[in-house]
Amino acid sequence: MATATREIVPDPTFHLVEGDDHDHETGGGTVLGFWIYLMSDALLFASIFATFGVLSTAYAGGPTPREIFELPLVALNTAILLVSSITFGFAMLAMEPGKVRQTQLWLGITAFLGACFVGVELYEFAALIHEGATPQRSGFLSGFFTLVATHGLHVTVGIIWILVMLVQLGQRGLHVENKRRLLCLGMFWHFLDVIWIGVFTFVYLLGMLR
Amino acid sequence: MSSSELDPELHAHGDTHGHGTYRSYLIGFLLSVVLTAIPFWLVMANPLGNPGVTAALVITFAVVQILVHTVCFLHVNTQAQGGWTLIAYIFTGVIVFITIAGSLWIMYHLNSNMMPGMETGQTSYSP
Amino acid sequence: MSEQSSIAKTIFGRLSWESFPFHEPILLVTFAVVVLGGLAVVGLVTKYKLWGYLWREWLTSVDHKKIGIMYLILGIIMLLRGFADALMMRAQQAVAFGDAQGYLPAHHYDQIFTAHGTIMIFFVAIPLVSGIINFVMPLQIGARDVAFPFLNSLSLWLTVSGAVLVMISLFVGEFSTAGWLNYVPVANAENSPGVGPDYYLWALQIAGVGTTLSAINMVTTIIKMRAPGMTMMKMPVFCWTALCSQVLAIAIFPALTGAFAMLMLDRYAGFNFFTNDLGGNPMMYWNLVWLWGHPEVYVLVLPVFGIYSEITSTFTGKRLFGYSSMVYATVVITILSYLVWLHHFFTMGSGASVNSFFGIATMVISIPTGAKIFNWLFTMYRGSIRFELPMMWVVAFMITFVVGGMTGVMLAIPPADFVLHNSLFLVAHFHNVIIGGVVFGLFAGMVYWFPKAFGFKLDPWWGKVGFWGWVIGYWVAWTPIYIVGLMGTTRRVRHFDDPSLQIWFVIAAIGAVIIAVGIAGFVMSIVMGFLNREKLRDTSGDPWEGRTLEWSTTSPPPAYNFAFTPRVHDLDAWYDMKARGYQKPTGGYRPIHMPRNTGAGVILSSLATVLGFAMIWYIWWLAAVAFVGLAVVAIGHTFNYNRDYYIPVDEVEKAEANHVPAPAGA
Repeated sequence: MATATREIVPDPTFHLVEGDDHDHETGGGTVLGFWIYLMSDALLFASIFATFGVLSTAYAGGPTPREIFELPLVALNTAILLVSSITFGFAMLAMEPGKVRQTQLWLGITAFLGACFVGVELYEFAALIHEGATPQRSGFLSGFFTLVATHGLHVTVGIIWILVMLVQLGQRGLHVENKRRLLCLGMFWHFLDVIWIGVFTFVYLLGMLR
Repeated sequence: MSSSELDPELHAHGDTHGHGTYRSYLIGFLLSVVLTAIPFWLVMANPLGNPGVTAALVITFAVVQILVHTVCFLHVNTQAQGGWTLIAYIFTGVIVFITIAGSLWIMYHLNSNMMPGMETGQTSYSP
Repeated sequence: MSEQSSIAKTIFGRLSWESFPFHEPILLVTFAVVVLGGLAVVGLVTKYKLWGYLWREWLTSVDHKKIGIMYLILGIIMLLRGFADALMMRAQQAVAFGDAQGYLPAHHYDQIFTAHGTIMIFFVAIPLVSGIINFVMPLQIGARDVAFPFLNSLSLWLTVSGAVLVMISLFVGEFSTAGWLNYVPVANAENSPGVGPDYYLWALQIAGVGTTLSAINMVTTIIKMRAPGMTMMKMPVFCWTALCSQVLAIAIFPALTGAFAMLMLDRYAGFNFFTNDLGGNPMMYWNLVWLWGHPEVYVLVLPVFGIYSEITSTFTGKRLFGYSSMVYATVVITILSYLVWLHHFFTMGSGASVNSFFGIATMVISIPTGAKIFNWLFTMYRGSIRFELPMMWVVAFMITFVVGGMTGVMLAIPPADFVLHNSLFLVAHFHNVIIGGVVFGLFAGMVYWFPKAFGFKLDPWWGKVGFWGWVIGYWVAWTPIYIVGLMGTTRRVRHFDDPSLQIWFVIAAIGAVIIAVGIAGFVMSIVMGFLNREKLRDTSGDPWEGRTLEWSTTSPPPAYNFAFTPRVHDLDAWYDMKARGYQKPTGGYRPIHMPRNTGAGVILSSLATVLGFAMIWYIWWLAAVAFVGLAVVAIGHTFNYNRDYYIPVDEVEKAEANHVPAPAGA
C-alpha cells in the first residue's frame, strides 16, 4: 500500500493520456490481418498452379484436355461466379446504410449462386470419373482435380460462412463485429473469383489450345 | 465506445479497406463480362487459327480482368490500410510469379536433361 | 501373425498390437520412463491442486507473454528429445566400422535422423523463435498484446499438437525414414506404405497452420499496433527482423502446405503428383519443399540477428551502428532468400544455366549478411563493453557463424557442390550456421530477457557452464565432421568400411557429450536461478541498462504491459525516456481494455491431434468425429461475441503500487 507523497500524473511527453486507451490511433487490425491471410491463400494456390503447370502435359497415355473439357459448362460456371460477386457487392452496399434484411437477401442469393457453382463442378467431376478420367489416371488429372477442387472447397467454406453470417445477422443485426466479418467475407468471396480467372484461363482455355 | 460510428476498422481516415459504390461494381461487372467472353470466344470459335497468339491474348485478358477485380471488387488502392494493402498485394504478386515461373523453368530443365527422349504427353506407365 | 477381424479393422483402422514396440528394448525403456515421469507430473499437479490454476492461467491464456513462455517451454523440452536423437546417432557412428555393426539397425537409424531434423527445426527452432518474438515484440512496440490474441493461443496449441503427434510416433507405430523433409520417392505410398510418413505429414500440416496464423498475427501487430510516434524507422531492430522473418514465413508455408497436401493425396487417394509413373514427377516435390526450406532458415536466423543487435547495443552502451543499413540489409536478405532454393539440389540435373543463376544468387546473399556483422563490430568499437553472458553468446556467434557462412559460400559454387552435396561437409555447414547462428542467439535472447519474464536473472555461473559447454562442444563435435566431409564421407549413413575415419567420429561423439554438459548447464542455470531468486531478483525492471521499451516495465510486466500507452520520439525509446528524466506515474490511471481468456485454442488443437492420429491409422469414424467436432467448435466460437473486458482503475492502481517504480535517469 505504498502512497507517494506527491502523485505523479502521466506526462503527455511520455504517455498517451487523452481519451480512451483503446488503440483508436492505430485502428483495428482485422481487415489487414485477413487480407494478409488471403495473400497466403493466394500463395497456396500458386503452389498448386505451379504443380499443375509442371504436370499439365503428363497425360500418361490417358485423357487429354480436349477429350474431357466442356467449355460451355465452364463458361456457365464462370458466369455464375461472376454474378455472385456482384450480388455480394449489393449485399455490402445494403450493409452501409444499415439495411439488415436487404443484406441478408443478397447474401442468400450469393450463397445460392455459390451452391450452383459447386453443383455444376461436382456434376463435371462425376461425368469425368464415369468416363475413366479419374484423378488417379495421370499426373495431369491429379493436378486438374486438385486445383479445381481446392477452389471449390474454398467456395464451399464461403457458402457455410455466409450461412453462419445469416444467422448472426438475424441475431444481432448489423453489429459492428458483424460488419467487420462481412468485410472479410467479401474479400474472401471476390478473391475466389480472382482465383477462378486463373483457373479457367490456365486450365481450361489454355488446355484446349495445347 | 466501439459503436458502429466510431469503429476504427470501418471509418478511420484513409484506413478502411475501401467501400464500393453501385457504379464501381457495375463497371467492374460489365468489364469482367467482356474480358471473359472474348477469351472464351477466341478459344471456342478459333477465329485466329494461331494457338500461340490466341494463348497470349487469352493470358493478357486474364491479367487485365484480375486487375479489374482487384480495383472494382477488392477496392485495392494506395490508401487502403495506410498503403499496406497494396504493398502486400504487390509482394504476393512477385512471390506468385517467382513460384510459378521459377518452378516451370527449373522443372523444364530437369525434365529435358534427365528424361531425354520423352516427348511431352508421353510418360511411362505401368500397365 | 494374427489377421485383424473386420470389426477390429473398422474400430481401430490399421492400429494393432504390432504397432507397439514390444520387441524394441530401447523404446520400451524410454516409454516406461516417459510414463513414470508423466505420472509424477500429474501426481504433483493434483497434489498441489493446480489443475484449475493451469487451466485458468495458462491453457486458456491469450496473453502474449504467457504464450511466449509456453512456446519456449515446448522448444526446450523438444530440444532434449532432439538432442537424445543426436547422441544416439553419434554413438552409432563412433563404433560402427568394418565388422562392428553398431547397435542401431538401418530402419531405426533412418527414423532417428529423420526425427532429429524434423524436431529440431519444427519443434525446437520455430517455437523458440516464435516464443521470443511473442514475448518481446509487443512490449518493444509499446502494445498491450498482439493483434489477434485468440489466434495466438490457437497457434501455440496447434504447434503443441504437432509435437504430440511426433512424440506418439515413438511408441505407437513408427516415424518417417525419408529425412527431415520426408523426401519422395522414399515417402511414396509404394515405398513407405506404413504410418511413418503419415505421422510426419499430419504433424507438420497441423503445426504449419499454427505457424502461418502466428506469422499473420505478428505482422499485423507490428504494422498496426506500434505506440504513437514509433514510425517504422524508429522501431527496434529486433522488431524489423521479426517483421521480415514473419513476412517470409507467410510467403513460404503455403508452398509446404501444398506440397504436403499433394503428397497426402498421392498416399491416401492414389493420385500421381510425385509418383514414379503415370505422369508423376518426384522432383516437383523437392522443388516445392525447398522453395519453403531455404527461406525457412532465414525465418529462423533473422530474428536472431535482431537479438544480437539488441544485446550488442545494450552491452556496449551505444546506439546500434548503422540502423538504416541494418534495416535495408534485413529487407534485402528477405527478398534474396526467396531466389536461391535450387542450391539444395544443384546435382539433380537442372543444367548450367539454372545452376549458375541460383549459385550466384546464393553468393550474393552473403553480402547483406556481412554488412550486418560489420555493423555489430562497429557498434562494439569504442564502446564500453560489458562481457556479461548475453554478450559472450554474441561474440561466440560472430566467430562461429562466420565460419559457417564461409562454408556456405563454398557450397554455393555448383561445381564444388557436386563434390560436397550430401556429404558430411554439408551437414557440418548447416549445423555450423544453425548452432552458431540460431541456437547461440536463442540462448543469448533467453538469458537476456529471462529476468524481464520471471523477475530474476538466471544463475550466472551455471549459465557460463552452459555457454562453454555449447561453444567448446560445438567445435569439438563439428570440426571432425567438416574433415570427414571433405574426405568424401556421405551423410545419413550408419556404418563405415574405412577404419581410418573412426577417430574423427569418436572426437565428434566426445563433442556431443560436451554439448550435453552445455545443455545441462543451461537447465541448471534455470533451476539454480529459481532457487536463488531472491539474490538474483530484478527489482528495477531494467537489469541490463536497456534501451528499448520492454525495460520500462516491471519484471515481470503486469498483464496489461503498460498502464499508459507510451509516446515515442526517437529510436531506443526507453533510453530516450531515461535521458529526458522520465518518472513513472503513480496516479491518473484509466480502465484498461483486455481480451478474455478462452479454451477454444486448446480444445480445437486437441481435436486436431485426434484427427491427425485417426487419419494416420485409418480410423475413419474417429477422423469424421474429430472433423465434425472441429467444425462445430470453430463455428461455435464465432458465436461468442463476449471476448473482451475492462480492468477497473482500482485494480490497475493495486497492480502498479505493488511494483517498485523504475529509477529515473539513464
